[in-house]
Amino acid sequence: MSKATDILSPEHGAADAHDDHHEHHIPKGIMRWVLTTNHKDIGTLYLWFAFIMFLVGGAMAMVIRAELFQPGLQIVEPNFFNQMTTVHGLIMVFGAVMPAFTGLANWLIPMMIGAPDMALPRMNNWSFWILPFAFSILLASLFVEGGGPAFGWTFYAPLSTTYSGDSTALFVFSVHIMGISSIMGAINVIVTIFNMRAPGMTWMKMPLFVWTWLITAFLLIAVMPVLAGAVTMVLTDKFFGTSFFDAAGGGDPVMFQHIFWFFGHPEVYIMILPAFGIISQIIPTFARKRLFGYASMVYATASIALLSFIVWAHHMFTTGMPVAAEMFFMFATMLISVPTGVKVFNWVATMWRGSMTFEIPMMFALAFIVLFTIGGLSGLMLAITPVDFQYHDTYFVVAHFHYVLVTGAVFSIMAAVYYWIPKWTGRMFDITLAKWHFWCSLISVNVLFFPMHFVGLAGMPRRIPDYALQFADFNKWISLGGFAFGLSQLIFLAVMIKACRKQGEPVSDQVWEGAEGLEWEIPSPAPYHTFDTPPVVK
Amino acid sequence: MNRLGICVLKAWTALTLLMTGALAQASGNEAVSALNLRRGATEISGQVYDLHMLMFSICVGIAVVVFGIMFVSMYLHRKSRGAKPANFHESVKVEIAWTIIPFLILIFMAVPAAKTLLAMEDTTEPDMTVLVTGSQWKWHYKYMDRDVEFYSLLATQREQIDNRYSKGENYLLEVDRPLVIPTGQKVRFLITSDDVIHSWWVPDFAVKKDANPGFINEAWTRVDEPGIYRGQCAELCGKDHGFMPVVVIAKEPAAYEAWVSEQETIRKQAKQEEQRLLAMNMSMEELMAEGERVYNATCAACHMPNGEGLPGVFPALKGSPMALNDMQGHINIVLNGKTGTAMQAFGKMLSLKELAAVITYERNAWGNNTGDMVQAKDVNAVASGE
Repeated sequence: MSKATDILSPEHGAADAHDDHHEHHIPKGIMRWVLTTNHKDIGTLYLWFAFIMFLVGGAMAMVIRAELFQPGLQIVEPNFFNQMTTVHGLIMVFGAVMPAFTGLANWLIPMMIGAPDMALPRMNNWSFWILPFAFSILLASLFVEGGGPAFGWTFYAPLSTTYSGDSTALFVFSVHIMGISSIMGAINVIVTIFNMRAPGMTWMKMPLFVWTWLITAFLLIAVMPVLAGAVTMVLTDKFFGTSFFDAAGGGDPVMFQHIFWFFGHPEVYIMILPAFGIISQIIPTFARKRLFGYASMVYATASIALLSFIVWAHHMFTTGMPVAAEMFFMFATMLISVPTGVKVFNWVATMWRGSMTFEIPMMFALAFIVLFTIGGLSGLMLAITPVDFQYHDTYFVVAHFHYVLVTGAVFSIMAAVYYWIPKWTGRMFDITLAKWHFWCSLISVNVLFFPMHFVGLAGMPRRIPDYALQFADFNKWISLGGFAFGLSQLIFLAVMIKACRKQGEPVSDQVWEGAEGLEWEIPSPAPYHTFDTPPVVK
Repeated sequence: MNRLGICVLKAWTALTLLMTGALAQASGNEAVSALNLRRGATEISGQVYDLHMLMFSICVGIAVVVFGIMFVSMYLHRKSRGAKPANFHESVKVEIAWTIIPFLILIFMAVPAAKTLLAMEDTTEPDMTVLVTGSQWKWHYKYMDRDVEFYSLLATQREQIDNRYSKGENYLLEVDRPLVIPTGQKVRFLITSDDVIHSWWVPDFAVKKDANPGFINEAWTRVDEPGIYRGQCAELCGKDHGFMPVVVIAKEPAAYEAWVSEQETIRKQAKQEEQRLLAMNMSMEELMAEGERVYNATCAACHMPNGEGLPGVFPALKGSPMALNDMQGHINIVLNGKTGTAMQAFGKMLSLKELAAVITYERNAWGNNTGDMVQAKDVNAVASGE
């Protein structure tokens, strides 16, 4: 790999023809992307897809916030409002955050462990290319008679069965496809990490991003089939006369929630464990100091993953469980804060007595630590069953999971993109614009989500299109923050377009002064094929 | 850590304590705060509030310490200040310490939480019981030991929601018939649903319990002070989830007893009146006027004020074959509902007179113009299976 091959125009590779690699088979134009089995191409596809979905889901959030700008019904009907909250949630979870992490995994895992590509490249292609179909089906359902799914992304039965519109069939089908895609992606990650590590890349030398993704992949394989089961039962209950969730036929609507959250709780860790990995890569780089407590980070991640299987019913404290079950799920949930705390403490200890600089990825990573921790602390409050009875299904919960998912997962994805994109394109992104993106996002996201704690505590339920007058002032601020946050992401779009067009200064191989790891030893931009001969890790 | 760092940390702590104090102050004094949980009207809700404030303070404390150290580090250990990176990167002792200490804090939190939880879930030995049944989008209350039951619907006018009238003080938090309970007595609620899952929530009682179709949940409260307590459905239950409030009035036991006896008398009289009306016929004008009122209050949420429904979700009545041709079927579906759909059985919700009027209205409004008149005795005939 003497020559750096331009990843965005692989025909250069063919022109170079420095060896008999497969570069010259690469089709040009659109077919390159359709047929690609290259982990970098597929990573790029995943990331752009996720970004487009982020903007689509964000546009729905804008509709929601516009309707909630003031009391009364102004812009949309309640039925459409419910479709917006539902599809916003589905798109952000399955269309934005998860594919973005899969995109990062594709780009980075082979480069971090010294592998030439993912282990199953053709399946890799397929697991991406079924996603656009899944989301086309989901979005198309909004236009059928009766509208799209309007029962919340949690699709509780019987609202999603007996009482839903016919578009439920489309919803079920699209969730099946998303699930298949996720499972294939997870299998690929596991097989790659198990079989394709370079000589000397022992388990406890793997970068934390690789570790966290490995654990995430096991979570995916464990719980995506459970989701598939849940949607299938919804399908047969609605269309084929079964009664899994209908008491009149011997079923139980609460059983739906048990099944859903048995998937759903590990799912929230699926969306945060890779984020922990990213932050654990970025903080040491810009603190110029090794990650504190590497081993304990690995064990903490594994503990969180294991605990995630025994806490699901904390989403269901008001469903009327026996008090012993409420106790169990309260205590188990509180326990999760211990390994999560260990992670935060380790990051702070990494920073302590380091030599810090504050480039864009570091700024996002620091914002992540503070804001994710706020979300974690409100999560700890939510674990306390007696007070959860008051918080449950209010805006306090909405504030909590947006702090964890937006300023947590999404900020970590942005940090990751800013951190690694110079390696991918060989050029530094537009730092001035990126600073604007960071500060606008940071301020607006807090105006958007922080007051939600207040209206939630004051008693505003979630998923309502109209509200009592005492919530009016804060909702106005929340909406303004929302619009500002939405617009701020257009700056991100501009930075990304400029970056992909290769505008900006060329960067060194190491890119960042303190960066360590195999991906920083290959040329910038990363050649189309890396590590054809495995490196030796000492 | 140098002196500057300590100063920054102190200032940070002071600022946070000030803000926490202000929040507690702002919320402690008023009955209903715009910022914080309310203390509520029962012993339990007070305990829950205290628990909330305890958890909140602990979380703020943790945040102050962690973020404080982090910010100090961000200030002191910067390359631009000439900081040189240290070499340490692990310590088993430290890792054990910051595993054990949070664990101890958790135990400190868990004990009072478990105590309150046990008290909240003890529904034994109630003084009275009310059956609460949710349905799209209203609540039904049935006093188990008295002959009183009624539906409770949103009382806010449609025009306020559509921004044509200015909004009242209790916008969206007012109902036509509130639940009335006595103060100082342990009132048990049995909570269930006729269709989808709802959740009965009164923040001032710290009671939120899901209403699951086909199952019965229990909750209880003992209200200390007479007053009006407002809440809302807390579980997404379809289109008008945001429009099914809960209002509870707590009265002194004597006033409550007077109210409940009065309700029993009114109910008895209404039943007698209904039997008397069976022999009478109402005119078309009377039927249509009453029918329009009932339709807008009861049917328009799904079938829409113009009778066109929501395509694909709720069927249209305008021009529907049943409303035009099948009178027996029409009376039957309004009386008994249609299983497997959102169409409820209105026989138990509306009087014979109201049923007759609304069916007449549906058969003659929006250009249906069948000229059919349905009288109370026609409905009674279908209801009694004749």
